Amino acid sequence: MAEPVLEIDRLSISFFTRAGEIPAVMDFSCKVMPGQAMGLVGESGCGKSTVALAVMRDLPGVGRITNGSIRFEGRDMASLSDPELRAIRGSKIAMVYQEPMASLNPTMLIGRQLMEVPLIHDKVSKEEAHRRALDIVKAVRLPDPDRIMRAYPHQLSGGQQQRVVIAMALLSNPRLLILDEPTTALDVTVEAGIVALVKDLTARSGASSLFISHNLGLILETCDSVTVMYSGEAVETGRVRDVFGAVRHPYTQGLFRSMPLPGTNKNDNPLVPIPGQLPLPYERPQGCNFGPRCGYFVAGVCDRADVPMHEVAEGAGHMSRCLRVEAIDWSASAEKADQFKPVEIGPDVLEVDRLKKHYRVAASAIFAGKEGRAVKAVEDVSFSAREAEVLAIVGESGCGKSTLAKVLLGLETATEGLVVFDHEAIQNRPIERRPTGTISSIQMIFQNPFDTLNPSYSVGSQIIRTLERFRVGANDGERRETMLGLLDLVKLPRAFAHRSPRQLSGGQKQRIGVARAFAGRPRVIIADEPMSALDVSVQAAISELLMNLQRESKTTMVFISHDLSVVRYLADRTVVMYLGHIVEMGATAQIFSPPFHPYTEALLSAIPIADAKVKKRHVVLEGEIPSALSPPKGCPFQTRCGHKSQVPGNLCEREVPPAREVADGHTIKCHLPEETLRRMEPVFS
Amino acid sequence: MASFLARRLGVMLLTMLCLTLIVFYLVNLQPNLRKLAISQTEMHATDQELEGWLKKNGYRRPFFARYATWLGVWPREPIVDPATGAAIPRFSWCDEPTTPKLSGVLQGDFGCSTKFKVKVVEKLGPALEATGILMFWVMALMIPVALVVGVISGMREGSRTDRTLSVISIATTSTPEYVSGVVLTIIFATWLGWLNGSAAAATEGHLSFYNFTLPVVTVSIYGMGYVARMTRASMIEVMNAQYIRTARLKGLGFASIVLKHALRNALIAPFTVIMLLFPWLLTGVVIVEVMFRYQGFGQALVDAAGNNDIDLLLACSLVSVMLVLATQLISDVGYAWLNPRIRVH
Repeated sequence: MAEPVLEIDRLSISFFTRAGEIPAVMDFSCKVMPGQAMGLVGESGCGKSTVALAVMRDLPGVGRITNGSIRFEGRDMASLSDPELRAIRGSKIAMVYQEPMASLNPTMLIGRQLMEVPLIHDKVSKEEAHRRALDIVKAVRLPDPDRIMRAYPHQLSGGQQQRVVIAMALLSNPRLLILDEPTTALDVTVEAGIVALVKDLTARSGASSLFISHNLGLILETCDSVTVMYSGEAVETGRVRDVFGAVRHPYTQGLFRSMPLPGTNKNDNPLVPIPGQLPLPYERPQGCNFGPRCGYFVAGVCDRADVPMHEVAEGAGHMSRCLRVEAIDWSASAEKADQFKPVEIGPDVLEVDRLKKHYRVAASAIFAGKEGRAVKAVEDVSFSAREAEVLAIVGESGCGKSTLAKVLLGLETATEGLVVFDHEAIQNRPIERRPTGTISSIQMIFQNPFDTLNPSYSVGSQIIRTLERFRVGANDGERRETMLGLLDLVKLPRAFAHRSPRQLSGGQKQRIGVARAFAGRPRVIIADEPMSALDVSVQAAISELLMNLQRESKTTMVFISHDLSVVRYLADRTVVMYLGHIVEMGATAQIFSPPFHPYTEALLSAIPIADAKVKKRHVVLEGEIPSALSPPKGCPFQTRCGHKSQVPGNLCEREVPPAREVADGHTIKCHLPEETLRRMEPVFS
Repeated sequence: MASFLARRLGVMLLTMLCLTLIVFYLVNLQPNLRKLAISQTEMHATDQELEGWLKKNGYRRPFFARYATWLGVWPREPIVDPATGAAIPRFSWCDEPTTPKLSGVLQGDFGCSTKFKVKVVEKLGPALEATGILMFWVMALMIPVALVVGVISGMREGSRTDRTLSVISIATTSTPEYVSGVVLTIIFATWLGWLNGSAAAATEGHLSFYNFTLPVVTVSIYGMGYVARMTRASMIEVMNAQYIRTARLKGLGFASIVLKHALRNALIAPFTVIMLLFPWLLTGVVIVEVMFRYQGFGQALVDAAGNNDIDLLLACSLVSVMLVLATQLISDVGYAWLNPRIRVH
C-alpha cells in the first residue's frame, strides 16, 4: 500500500489563554492517501479549522500542539526549520480559504499575486511566472484571462475570486490541497461550479485534498473518505460510502436526521434536532463528549472514561468513538416525532402586484450632470401570500429577494406597482408613517442573529421594548408576563430574560429574534434566511420552532432563502426569482418536479444532497449573474440559459417571456414551448 | 479624473468665497473699524473725526461693495483729497492705485498692513516662505520616523519593541509643544549649550543646524507620536488580515510579507492623518515661532490679530483656508491612488 501523503496521529492542540489551557483538538488521527480526498465535517467550534492550520503549522500565537504528530510525506512537520517550512507552504501544501475576498490582497493586482508563487518556489523569470499564471487562470475557466490578470480583487465577483484563490493554490502542483469551507460564502450555483472545478483539477493533477466543510452533502459529492468531528474529537471516520451508508456514531446520525433530505417534509416527517448544545471547551463532560445530548446514553457506561476510537465490524477503516456501537440498532428509523395535519390555508393576506423597485445611483449631489443610472433590483414581481401559508422566495444573491422584503416591511418604498395588505395599499408608505398596527402585523426575522440584538441591553428588556412600541399589555407587569410567555414560546428558560446577548449562542439569539418578531401577534412574518448563519443541528431546531409557531398562530410566512433543501422541506408554495423577475411560481412540489424553468433546473441540481441513494443530474451554469445596473435585453436568464437554442428566432434576446400557467397555480416565465418544458427530466431520481 | 478635479476645484472656490465672506464680515465689525480709525488719527480725536476718517477712506461704503473691491471684482476708487483733487493713499506708507481700477485679491493686491507699515504681500511672502521651510523640515523629519516606528511596532504586536516604541509615542504625543519646547530648550540650549534657543537668525537667511534644530524637533515630536500610533494600529489590523495569512501560507518570508503585502495597505489610513497635519501645522507653528522668535506665518498671524491689522488678518485666513482645501483635495486623490477600491469620478 502506498505511503499516505498526510498522516495525523493522535494530535492534540490546546490554546493557552489567561483562563488556562483550553483543549481545542484531542486525540485526532487521520490519513490522507495519494490522490484521495478526505472530508472533515463538523459544526462550528469543533476544531476542524484548527486541524487545518496545524497542518500548515500556522496556529495562532496561543495555540500549541501538546501531543501527537503531523507527518507530511513522511516528514514530521514539527521538526521543520523555518526555511524548510516556507519551501513546503504554497508549493507542496496549498490552501483555499472560506472568504475569497478577504484572502486576496486588495491593493495588489491578481496577476502579481499569482506570479508570486512560481517566483518564490521555482525561482523562474518574471516572463515564465506570468506565462504560468496566465495558464492557470485559463485552467480555472475564468473569462478573459488577460483582463483578470490586470484586475484588482474587488473588481471580480465572489465566485471569480474563489477561482483565483484556487488557481493560486494549484499553481505549484501541490501534493496536498487544504480547502477550508471553500464555498460557504458563495451562492449554490456558484458553489456547484467551484466544486466541479476542484474535483476536475485535483483529479488531473493527482493532488490529495483535505476538504473541510459543515455541509455533508458537499462531502458526499467531493470526497473519498470522511472524518466527522465533534467538540474537538473525531467521532467517526471511514470511506464516504461506509459512513453515509451505515452510520455508526449517534452524533453523525443526529446530523443526518436534522437535515432536510429529499422525502422529508414538515408535516409527515419533521426534522429531529439534536437536543442540547455543543459543550464549551472547558465544560466538556466526563467520558463521551456527546453523552449529554445522546439518545443512546447509558449512565455508568458512557460517562466513565475517555472513549477511544475503535474499528467497527463492517467496512475496512470505518472507525467510531462510540462504546455502544454493537448495542445500538442503527437501522431503526428515528423515533417518529409528532406528525401534523396540514394547516388549512386561508384567504389572501398580502398581495404584490407588478412591483418594481429601482435605486438611483447618484454621482454627486451638487454636480449631478448626466442622468443617473438605476439599479433595477426588483423589476416585475406579482404574487400573493395566504393566511397560514409558508411562501418561499428563492434565488441567488442579487436576485432582488431582500429588496422585496424591504419594500414589504416599509424600509424602502416601491418605484411602481402595488403591495396590498389588509385591503390597503402600503407600497408607498415608509415604516415611520405606518400605523403601529401595520408595523406589528408585518414583522421580520433577520438573517444574522449576531448583529440584530443590541449588545448593551438584556434580552428581556429588548423584548419588552418591542412590546411597548407595539402597545401590547396595559402596564409594565403585564408586559413582563408577556415577555416571559414569549420566552416559553421559543423554548428558552425564563432566566434568560436577564442575560445579555453575548451570553447566548447563535441558535439562542435567533430564538430571541423569533420571540421579538412574534411579540406583536403578527399576521405576516418575513424571514430573511433565518437559518443560514447557523449550524446544521441548530438549523433543524429553529426551523421546527418556526414551523410550530407558524402552524399554531396561522401566521403567513414569507421565507426568503437560497437553500432549496430547506425550502422543499417547509414551504407550501415557492417563488423563484432571478434578476428582479419571478421566473417560476407554484406549489413547492410543482417547483421540484418538471416542468421547470431552466433556471430552477440549474438551482435544483446545485443543491448538495447528503444521501448516497439519491441520484442527481448535474447542470452547471456558466457565467455570472448579470449586473442589475445593466440587465440583459429580453429574458433576464438568456445569458446563462442552456436551452436558449431551442427557441427560434432569437426570441429570448428580444422579449421578456410572459408568465405562462402550466398547471393550476404553477406559472413559468419562459419562451420554451410547453411540451419542451414538460419533457424535461427530473433532477433527482 | 479630470472632471473630478474640475468639480472639486469648483467646490473649493465656492467654499473659499463663503469662508472669506464670513471672515471679511467679522474683521470689519464696528469695534474693529473704530480701533483702526483711532490708531490712524491724531490722539484725542472726536467721534466725528473718527467717523470722518472712516468715511473718507471708504470704510462706510456698502458691505458687499467693499467685499467685491477687496476680492478684485469691483474697481477700487482712489481716495481724492477734496482740497487738491489729487489721489491720496489710505496710509501714507502704502501706494494705492490713483485711477479707478480692479485691484483686489484676484489681482494680487492684499491691501496694507497697519502693523508692519508695508504692503501685506511684502510681509506675508517672506513669512510664508519662512514657515514653509520650517514645515518642510518638520515633515521631512516627522513622517519617515513616525512611519518607521509605527510599522515596526505594528508588525509584531505585543513584542518588546512594540511596547517600548508605543510608550515613547504616547509620551511624545501627550506632551504639548509649549512643554516639550521649554524642556528641550533647557536641556539642549541652556545646560548643554549644543543648540541655539532662538531661531531669529534663521529668518535672516542664516539657517543652520545650530539655530534651527530645536524648533523643528519641537513641532515634529508631537505629531510624530500621533502618526506613529495611527500607523501602528493600521499595521496591526493589516497583519491580522486574512490576505496576510494567504501570503504566509504561500511560503513568503516575513520581510516580503511586510514590504510587499502589508505596507501599502497599512499606509492608507495614516495617509489621511498626515494630510490633516498640514493645516494643523500652519496654525500649530504659532507657539513654536513665538517661542523661538522665528519670523514666520504664525508670528504674522499673532501680530495681525493682536494689532487689529485688518488686511493682514484677511490675507492670513485666506492662506489658511486655501491650505486646508488643497490638502483635502490631495488627500482624496492620494487615497484613491493608494486604495484601488476607491474610484474618483
